[in-house]
Amino acid sequence: MPGSKAQERVNDFVIKIASVNGTGSASANGLLMKAIFRSGVPVVGKNYFPSNIQGLPTWYEIRVTGDGHRARAGQVDIMIALNAETYARDLAEVASGGYFIYDSTWPRPALLRREDLTVIGVPLAQLCNDSFKGVRTRILMKNICYAGVLAGLCNLDLDLIRTLLAETYAKKPQLVDANMKAIALGYDYARAHFSCPLPLRVEKMDATRGHIIIDGNTAAALGCVYAGATVGAWYPITPSTSLMDAYKGFCDKLRVDADSGRKNYIMIQAEDELAAVGMVIGASWNGARAFTATSGPGLSLMQEFLGLAYYAEVPAVVFDIQRVGPSTGMPTRTQQGDIRSAAYASHGDTRQVCLYPANPEECFEFAAKAFDLAERLQAPVLVLSDLDIGMNDWVCPELKWDETYRPDRGKVLDAEQLGKIDRFWRYYDHDNDGIPQRTLPGVHPKGAYFARGSGHNQYGGYTEDSKEYQIVVDRLRKKWLTAARLVPKPIIEQDQRCDIAIISLGSGDGAVREARARLAAQGIHTNYLRVRGFPFGDEVEQFLQAHRIIFVVEQNRDAQLRSLLILETGVDKSRLRSILHYNGMPISAGYVADGVAAVITPQRPAAQLVG
Amino acid sequence: MTFMAKPKVTHPEMPRNALGMTRRDYEGANSTLCAGCGHDSITAAIVEACWASALEPHNVVKLSGIGCSSKTTAYFVSGGHGFNSVHGRMPSIATGANAANRNLTYIGVSGDGDTLSIGLGQFCHAIRRNLNMVYVIENNGVYGLTKGQFSASADLGSTAKKGEVNNQPPIDPVQLAITLGASFVARSFSGDKAQLVPLLQAAIHHQGFGLLDVISPCVTFNDHEGSTRSYAYTREHYEEVVHTDFVPLASEIAVEYAAGTSQSVTMHDGSRILLRKVDAQYDPSDRASALQAIQQHLQRNEHLTGLLYIGSDQPELHALNSTPDLALNQLPYAKLNPGPQALAKLMARFR
Repeated sequence: MPGSKAQERVNDFVIKIASVNGTGSASANGLLMKAIFRSGVPVVGKNYFPSNIQGLPTWYEIRVTGDGHRARAGQVDIMIALNAETYARDLAEVASGGYFIYDSTWPRPALLRREDLTVIGVPLAQLCNDSFKGVRTRILMKNICYAGVLAGLCNLDLDLIRTLLAETYAKKPQLVDANMKAIALGYDYARAHFSCPLPLRVEKMDATRGHIIIDGNTAAALGCVYAGATVGAWYPITPSTSLMDAYKGFCDKLRVDADSGRKNYIMIQAEDELAAVGMVIGASWNGARAFTATSGPGLSLMQEFLGLAYYAEVPAVVFDIQRVGPSTGMPTRTQQGDIRSAAYASHGDTRQVCLYPANPEECFEFAAKAFDLAERLQAPVLVLSDLDIGMNDWVCPELKWDETYRPDRGKVLDAEQLGKIDRFWRYYDHDNDGIPQRTLPGVHPKGAYFARGSGHNQYGGYTEDSKEYQIVVDRLRKKWLTAARLVPKPIIEQDQRCDIAIISLGSGDGAVREARARLAAQGIHTNYLRVRGFPFGDEVEQFLQAHRIIFVVEQNRDAQLRSLLILETGVDKSRLRSILHYNGMPISAGYVADGVAAVITPQRPAAQLVG
Repeated sequence: MTFMAKPKVTHPEMPRNALGMTRRDYEGANSTLCAGCGHDSITAAIVEACWASALEPHNVVKLSGIGCSSKTTAYFVSGGHGFNSVHGRMPSIATGANAANRNLTYIGVSGDGDTLSIGLGQFCHAIRRNLNMVYVIENNGVYGLTKGQFSASADLGSTAKKGEVNNQPPIDPVQLAITLGASFVARSFSGDKAQLVPLLQAAIHHQGFGLLDVISPCVTFNDHEGSTRSYAYTREHYEEVVHTDFVPLASEIAVEYAAGTSQSVTMHDGSRILLRKVDAQYDPSDRASALQAIQQHLQRNEHLTGLLYIGSDQPELHALNSTPDLALNQLPYAKLNPGPQALAKLMARFR
C-alpha cells in the first residue's frame, strides 16, 4: 500500500537490494535479515538470483513484517541500488513514497528522478576506497557499507550487528573489526546527511523468540538425518543441490563414528538422475532409508524408474524442488510446475504418493514422514517443495524432534517371522489393505523372491496371464486407497456459514493466509483448505462438496492442482476457479486477494482467471 | 502359471560343498531361452561357481536389466534375491543395493545391448566406483528379444541373419573397462566352462568390480556364416592368454608351473587366484601392455581370453566412502538419530 513520505511504517516495509552476483552481497543481506530478526521482528527473505556464477544482476528482498506474514509483499519500499545496469528498472519498482538509495560516487541526478520517491545518494565506493586497500576488499566492504547505511536509516542496533559479525567470524576475529569499520562508515554517513531514522524503520519487538531463520532444503536435509536415512544419491541440479549439500554437512558433523572415523552414511554423486533414483530404489529395496533430491528436468528423467518402484513395490523418497519449466525453463525461479507430472510419474496405470510441504518446518517434518510412508506403502513418495521454500530464508518455529519417534519400516518380515511361516508370497494381500509383506536380502532362506518390473502374480512369479496380472494391479489400486488415509491430512479452516473457499498447496500458503485476512477486512469471508498429500483423502472431497465457489490458488499456468482435483474427486469443475501465478516470482497476498475480489465484487481489477 | 518350478532331484552321492549343499541347491527356474543358447551355459557356470564358492543362497543378490541375458538371473540360485530392473540401469540398482549392504554377493547379468547401448553410461560409472560385484556381459552381438538387430558389440563387416552388413565399429567392453580403470577384467566364451568357472569364482572373491565379457552365441539370430559371434567363428578365433585357477582359502597350490609362466594373486579373504600364462610375455597387472596385446590380437580377428587385467588392491565403493564394516541397513536407529538435544544445539546456528 503506497503511502505518503511522512507515513510512519514501523516494522512493516520491504527493502530490496539490487547488486551483481559474485560480489559478496549475500553476506551483507544475511546480516541485515538477522539483525532485524534478532531485534524480535519477523522477516521474509527472498533471493532473486540469476542462473550464473558471476557478473549478472541479482536481488535480495527483505520484508520486515511485525505481523509475521510469510509471503512476499508484492511491493518495494526501500531500494538499495548497487547495480547501475539495473537502475532504471529498480527505480521504477519502488512504491510511491518510498526510497531509492544508490552509490553517488558516480552521481546520476538526471537519470534517477521520480517525484514521488526520495532518492538518497551515498558515496559508498568513495567511502570504502578512502578507508580500505585492495580491489577485492573494497568491493566486499562496499557491500557491508550499505548494510551500515540501512542500519542508520532504519534504526538497526549496531551492537546486534557486531554480535552477529562476531558469530560469523568466530575463527577470524580480525574480520569483525574490518566489517564493523565499513558498517560504521555507512551508518555515520547516513546519520550525518539524512534525518534518521526514516518513517520506515525497525523498532524492537518480541515476536521471534523460539524461532529460527532457515531454508526448506536445509530443513529437509535435517529431516533426512533424523529419519535415519543412510543413502543419498543425486545428480546436481538447481535448486535441489543445497539439500544434498546440507545433508552431507550435517552427516559430517553428526554421523561420523568418533572412534573409528567411519561414516554412518553414504553419498553417491550419480552420473545422471536416472542413476540417482536407481540407486535410491536399489538401496531401499535392500532395506536402507535412501533418498534423492532433484528438480523438474530430473523428475522427467526418473519417470521410468519411478514406474518400476510403483509396480515392483519398492520404497523410494524423492525430493522435487520445483523450478520454472517447461524444459530447462528458468532454473533459479520458482514455480509449482511438477504437480501433475509427479502425481502420474511414469507410463501405464501409475500413480505416485506426493507430499506438499508449505514451509521449512514442514520440509523437516515431511522428510521423516516420507520415509515412513515409503516403507509403509512400499512405494515412491515424492516430496514437492519448490525453489521459494527450498532456497529462501524463512522464519520458522525452532525445529523439534520427538524423542519417542521410531521409524515405521512397514511390513518387513524378519528372520524370526520368516522362520515361522510356511512360504513367503511377496505380492499377496494378507491384511486386506493392499499392502503386501516384504523381505530383505540376506535375512532368511525363506525370504528369497524375485523383484521385477515385468508382469508378476501375487506369489511373486513371472506371469503373462491376464487374471494373475489383474489381481496384482487391482490390489495396487486398493493400496492407493490405503495411502489416501495415511498421507498428511489437509489443513482446514472452515466456518459452516461460508460457501466461498480457497484451496492451495505448498508455498502459496503464506499469501493465501494474508489475503484471507485482507479480504475479511473488506467483508469477503472465505474458508480455506491446504492440500498436504496426494492421494486426496475424504476431507478434501467433503470440503469441495461443501462450497459453492472454490478458488484454487497455485503457481503454474495450467492449473495443475485444479486438474488433479477434477480427475481425482467428484467435484463439479465449474465450481473451481483458478488463481494462477507463474512468472517465476513467489506469489503475493495482493495477487490472491485481487483474484478473489475480482469474482466476488466484479468491479475490482481482475487477476488471470481460468475455468 | 506361466513359469514352472524345477523339481529338485538329489542323490545321496552328489558332491556337497562346505555348507553341505549340492549343485542342485544353486539352480533356478527352467530356462525359457532358445535351445542351445550360449546364455544357458553361462548360467550353468554361475551355478557351478556359486556352489564351489559355498555361497549362502539367500546372501546372493542377482541383478539384471532387460533382454535375453537379463532373464537368466531367474535360472540360477533360486534361493537368492533377484531384481530384474529396467533396461540398461542395473548398475544403479546394484550400486544402491550394495551401498545399503556391503556384505552380500552381488551378481549382475547383462547383455551387449543392455550394457553397451542403453546402459553404457551406468556401466562406465559402476566401473569408476569400483562397485563390488560380479558383472557378466552375455555378449552375442545381437538384439535377441526384438529379433535380430545389430548390437553395439557387432563387429564391423559382420552380417545379420538376413544379410545386412554392419558398418559401425564395435564397442569392446574389455578395452573400455581397462581404460576406465577397472580392477578385474576378463573375457571368456560360453562354450569353455573350464575357463569360465574359475574366472567367475575369482570375480566373486574379488573386492571390486569384476567384469566378465562372455562371448555367448545367439543360436537363433547370430549363429550363421557372416556372424563373428557364432559358435564356429568363436571357437576358431579365440585364444586363451591367461588361464585362471581359483584356490580357495587354506588350500595348497597343487600344481607347479614352469618358472615365469605363473603368477599368484591373493584375494582379500586369503583365497588365491593362480594365473597360468599361456603367453609368458603377457602381464595382466599392466594396463597398457594388456591393452596393446588385446588390440594386436583383435587386428588379427582374434579374441584374447582369460583374466586380462587385475588390479587387486584398488579400493572399492565402501572403502572409498569410509563406511563401517557393518552394513548400513543394519545400523541401529539409535546410532543414526542425533537426538533432540543435538537438534536444540544445532538451532543456535539459525537464530
